[in-house]
Amino acid sequence: MTQVLLFNVFNGLIVGAFYALMALGLSLILNLSGVINFAHGGFLAIGGYLAYTLMPYVGFWGGLLLAPILTAAIGLVVERFLIRSLYGRDPLYSLLLTFGLAYIIEDGTRYIWGAQSLPYQIPAMLSSPLSTNYFFLTGYRLFMVALVAVAVGLLFFILKYTRLGVRIRAGTLDLETVSVLGVNVRILRNLNFGLGIFLAGLAGVLAAGMLGLQPTVGSSLIMPSFVAIIVGGLGSLPGTLLGGLLIGVASGITTVFFPSATEAVMYIMMGVVLLVRPRGLLGEEGRF
Amino acid sequence: MDTLNKQTANIVVWALLLAMPFWIKLLGGYTELCTQVLVFALAAMALNFLLGFTGVLSFGHAAYFGLGAYGVAMTIKYLEPSTPLALLVGVLVGTAAAAVIGWLIVNLRGVYFAMVTIAFGQVFYFITFRWNNVTGGDDGLTGWARVPINLGFTTLDILHNPTMFYYFVLVVFAIAVGIMAFLLRSPFGRTLLAIRENERRARFLGIPVERHIWLSFVISCLFVSLAGGLYALLNNFVDPRALRWDMSGNFVIIAVLGGMRSFWGPLIGAAIFVVLQDYVSSMTENWMSFLGLFFVLIVLFFPRGVLGIIRRKVTS
Repeated sequence: MTQVLLFNVFNGLIVGAFYALMALGLSLILNLSGVINFAHGGFLAIGGYLAYTLMPYVGFWGGLLLAPILTAAIGLVVERFLIRSLYGRDPLYSLLLTFGLAYIIEDGTRYIWGAQSLPYQIPAMLSSPLSTNYFFLTGYRLFMVALVAVAVGLLFFILKYTRLGVRIRAGTLDLETVSVLGVNVRILRNLNFGLGIFLAGLAGVLAAGMLGLQPTVGSSLIMPSFVAIIVGGLGSLPGTLLGGLLIGVASGITTVFFPSATEAVMYIMMGVVLLVRPRGLLGEEGRF
Repeated sequence: MDTLNKQTANIVVWALLLAMPFWIKLLGGYTELCTQVLVFALAAMALNFLLGFTGVLSFGHAAYFGLGAYGVAMTIKYLEPSTPLALLVGVLVGTAAAAVIGWLIVNLRGVYFAMVTIAFGQVFYFITFRWNNVTGGDDGLTGWARVPINLGFTTLDILHNPTMFYYFVLVVFAIAVGIMAFLLRSPFGRTLLAIRENERRARFLGIPVERHIWLSFVISCLFVSLAGGLYALLNNFVDPRALRWDMSGNFVIIAVLGGMRSFWGPLIGAAIFVVLQDYVSSMTENWMSFLGLFFVLIVLFFPRGVLGIIRRKVTS
């Protein structure tokens, strides 16, 4: 029983790390630009499929690095030509546009790579179990958790200590003042969007190694990311991280006792949070 | 002049709807297509009650649409084979869920509101998906059909006569639309418009804004679940896709396409959407890409919708 529980808690942590990685990207874009990027799941799928295509040429490690960068580049172009014109308009329009993008990307990946699930080969050194007793501790799972931790650490480092990061944080609080102080807000929003999409691409490569590749992988991961953001608190990146991990672990534990409520539990958590603390666990008062 | 125009428009709309099963055949359509237009129009008009006339963006209306549909299907299958009773149960279930969820989210605004409605929209999707011994899970709920209505002196055979079913739906549609129009013209509806235009000012005037938004949300979801019930009756079938997020997106795009600021806008949007869907999905496998492109193009080039553009042309 303990073994099963431990297994599911650990599993939940991994899934939660996924949600968090995706939700952090969504949060970045939402905080600075006020856009709910519904196509985020699509970008995740693109990241995974690009890594799959690149693998024969650059290997697993090259794909892990290159695929998110290429995905981010696509993100920069999409922002420049489609999303930029919608800033400052009713959030309805950016939501509808990214909704449409999500459809196009899902159908596009199906067209290019096929509807059937593709296997994604991970290096042998990562796929072996580390312990006979705790069989679920495969190298790849530990590696994923570590990599997510590094990525999140890097993200917070960038936001805290680099010029770009400081500007993103300042822009989140007061974009007008940042603009008046001479920062090119267009470029700032563009780079910020790219950063968010980079995280989605990275999550896509990691997800490919664990779940394999299907065109629908993105749309199945996007809803939990929304829940993670709401539970953690809109406008707070540490909150988003916490929210992702929490709902992941909660669904992991629920799998042990009520397998059919695995998905429902995160929505119940969201309901409770909205009831008790509408701004979310770490959200600021009065921001939304 | 303006009221005269409105009256003419109303007469034209009802005349077209009454005669639709006849003229659609000349254009190569069929009766079920007309019924589908009505169902989607009702759903989008109900959404527009909240979106266009209260200024609140909900992206999760498919949940209540689907609850209405499952309410109808399960009542006929498990409880009592009666079409009116089934519709009543469907509407009650959808409205009750909306009342509870609306109460949780009524303090939120803008993007936050939209995001929470999206997320909550998925709860019921997962429930119907997972609870397969009752809901049929992913395969949907089959093995039931709409039941002819016994009026005492005569029986309306809505099951075997598609035209009869169309007029049944049209009557329900007319009642629902009539109630919504009446509400929007009442002081309550005017208050909703005031909240849409300037929420802060409305609050300073002493209007209980949250209560009004909650009521508007519940009324909107009531009619959406009615539309969902009719949708289930139309197909004699219901599956979890009726309450998935893409259905919510369809309702919003229908409302925007027709024109969010006009009462009849969503009806025009629904006609275009349903006919296009029918046509394109018979032509190509890539309906999804086409739909996505459709969303993008509308947002970039027709954000005011068909009626919005016409109105602008007329006034200028």
